[in-house]
Amino acid sequence: MQAPLPLGSRPPVLRMSAVDKVFGADIVALKGMQLDVNQGDFISLLGPSGCGKSTALRLIAGLMTPTTGRIEWSGGTGQGDLGVVFQEPTLMPWTTVAKNVALPFRLRGKSGAEVADAIRNALDLVGLSGFENAYPRELSGGMKMRVSIARALVTNPRLILMDEPFAALDEITRFKLNNDLLDLKTKTGCTVIFVTHSVFESVFLSDRIVVMAARPGRVIRTLEVDEPYPRAEAFRTTPEYAAHCRAASDALHDAMGIAA
Amino acid sequence: MTIASDAPTPTMDSEELRRARLARIQLVAKWTLPVIVMALTLLAWHLYVTINEVPHYILPSPAMVFQTMFTDWGLLSAAAWVTTKLSLYALALAVIGGVALAVLFTQSKWAEMSFFPYAVILQVTPVIAVAPLIQIYVDSAFAAALICAWIVAFFPILSNTTIGLKSADHNLRDLFTIYGATRWQRLIFLDIPSALPFFLGGLKIAGGLALIGAVVAEFVIGRSGTGLGLASTLLEASYRYNFARLYAALFLISGLGIMIFAATSLISHLSLRKWHESALNRES
Repeated sequence: MQAPLPLGSRPPVLRMSAVDKVFGADIVALKGMQLDVNQGDFISLLGPSGCGKSTALRLIAGLMTPTTGRIEWSGGTGQGDLGVVFQEPTLMPWTTVAKNVALPFRLRGKSGAEVADAIRNALDLVGLSGFENAYPRELSGGMKMRVSIARALVTNPRLILMDEPFAALDEITRFKLNNDLLDLKTKTGCTVIFVTHSVFESVFLSDRIVVMAARPGRVIRTLEVDEPYPRAEAFRTTPEYAAHCRAASDALHDAMGIAA
Repeated sequence: MTIASDAPTPTMDSEELRRARLARIQLVAKWTLPVIVMALTLLAWHLYVTINEVPHYILPSPAMVFQTMFTDWGLLSAAAWVTTKLSLYALALAVIGGVALAVLFTQSKWAEMSFFPYAVILQVTPVIAVAPLIQIYVDSAFAAALICAWIVAFFPILSNTTIGLKSADHNLRDLFTIYGATRWQRLIFLDIPSALPFFLGGLKIAGGLALIGAVVAEFVIGRSGTGLGLASTLLEASYRYNFARLYAALFLISGLGIMIFAATSLISHLSLRKWHESALNRES
C-alpha cells in the first residue's frame, strides 16, 4: 500500500530491450520492442489485432521466450510475483470464489491466517466481500471478472498483466470496472500493463499509452497521459480527456495506415 | 388499436398458468406413465397366455415367472450375486486401469504413442472371440469372465478420461505455468477436476458395458457347467425348456443393469451438481 510516486522518480520494475519474437520461420510477431516499466505505472498497450500486444504480454509473463533481445527484471531475481487477468475470467468452475482467489498461494504451498487475510482483503478491494463461498456460475460476468482481478492482486504482485480484461463485457459494466480498477490502483499502488483496443479505455486508465502497429508488430508511438490520479468518472467529460483521446486516436489511425 | 381493460394485472397470465399446469402434469406423468405401460404389458401377456392356453415351455405367464422367482430364489439369488460381483469388479478394475492409463498417457506422449493403438485393438476385437482363449489360459472361470468383462468396460473410461485430462482451459494452464505449478499440482488441481465430467460420462457407459461383458463371458465360459451367474443360469434354463426360470433370470439381469445405471447416474449427479452445466437445474 504505497502512495503513488511522481513520474520519473519511480523505481524500475522491468525493462524490455530490443525484443523480437518470430513465430515459425518468418512470421514476425514483435520487432524491436522497447519498454521500461516503473513501479506504479499504468501502461496501456493499444493497437489493432495482430500488432503483437498479446505477444508482448506473454513474453513478459514468461510463457514464451524472446527470439532476440532481453527482458530484465530489476534486481535480476526473475519475475517473482506476477498477477495476470485474461479476457475471460478464467476461473476454476469446480470450486468457490475464495478458493479461486487462493490459487496463487495454494500452488506455492502457502496457507494459514496470513493467506486468509490476503484473500479477504483482495475480495474486499474488488467489492466481493460475502461471496467467498459462491461458485463462479452463480456470479454475473462482471463479478467473475472481479474475482479474476482479486486473484491477480492477492499476492500483492510486482506487476499485474491484463489482456483485454473487459472486452467481453457490456459497456455499463465496463465503465464501472474501469472506475473500480482506478480506485484499486490508487489504494494499492499496483503496477499494471493493460492490453486494449479501446482508445477511451486506455486514456481513462493509463498514465502511458504505447501505440502499436501490425505486420510486423511494433511500437510506433508512446503517449503520456499526465493527468493526476485519482481520476473520477467526471474525467471522461473534460477537454483534457478529449484531447488525449484525439491524440491516441490519431496515433492508432497512423498505426492502421502503416499496417494497411 | 388499444385494448382497454379494467381487470387488474394478473400475477400470472393465462399462458404462464397453462405452462405451470403442464409442468405439474408432466412431473406426475413421468413416473405414472411407465408404470401404467408396464402393468398393461403384463396384463396383455397374461391374457394372451391364458386365453390361448400357450404351453409354459413356449411362453410362461408373468404370474408363473413371478412364482419361479420365489421358488428358485436360492439358485437365482446366488447366480445374481455372482453376476453382480462380476460386473462391479470389472467396473472397479476398469476405473482403476482406465484412469491410471489415461493419466500415464497424458503425462507421457511417448507412452500414449506406444500403447494407445493396442488399447484400441483390445477394444475393437470382439470379446466373444477372445473369451475361449482366456478360458484356456486362466484356470478360474470367475477370473476368466472377469477379464472379459474388464476388457469391454475399460475402454470408455480410458478414452473419456484421456480426453478429459487434456480439456483444461488453456488460459488456466498458462496461469498455472505463471504461478510455477509443479506437474503434480497441475494434475491434481487442474487436469483431474477438468476431466471429472468426462470421466463420469465414461463411467455411465462402462457400467452398462461391464454387465454386458459379464453376460457375454458367462455365455462363453459358464457354458461348461462352471455354474457362473445369471447368464449361465439363463442359458441352462433354455436348454431345459425351463422358460419361467429363463424369464426370471432375464428380469434380474435387466434389474441389475438398471441399478448400475442408476448408481452411476447418481454418482455423476452428486459429483457435478454444484458446478457443471450438465447437472444444473435451469429455470426457464
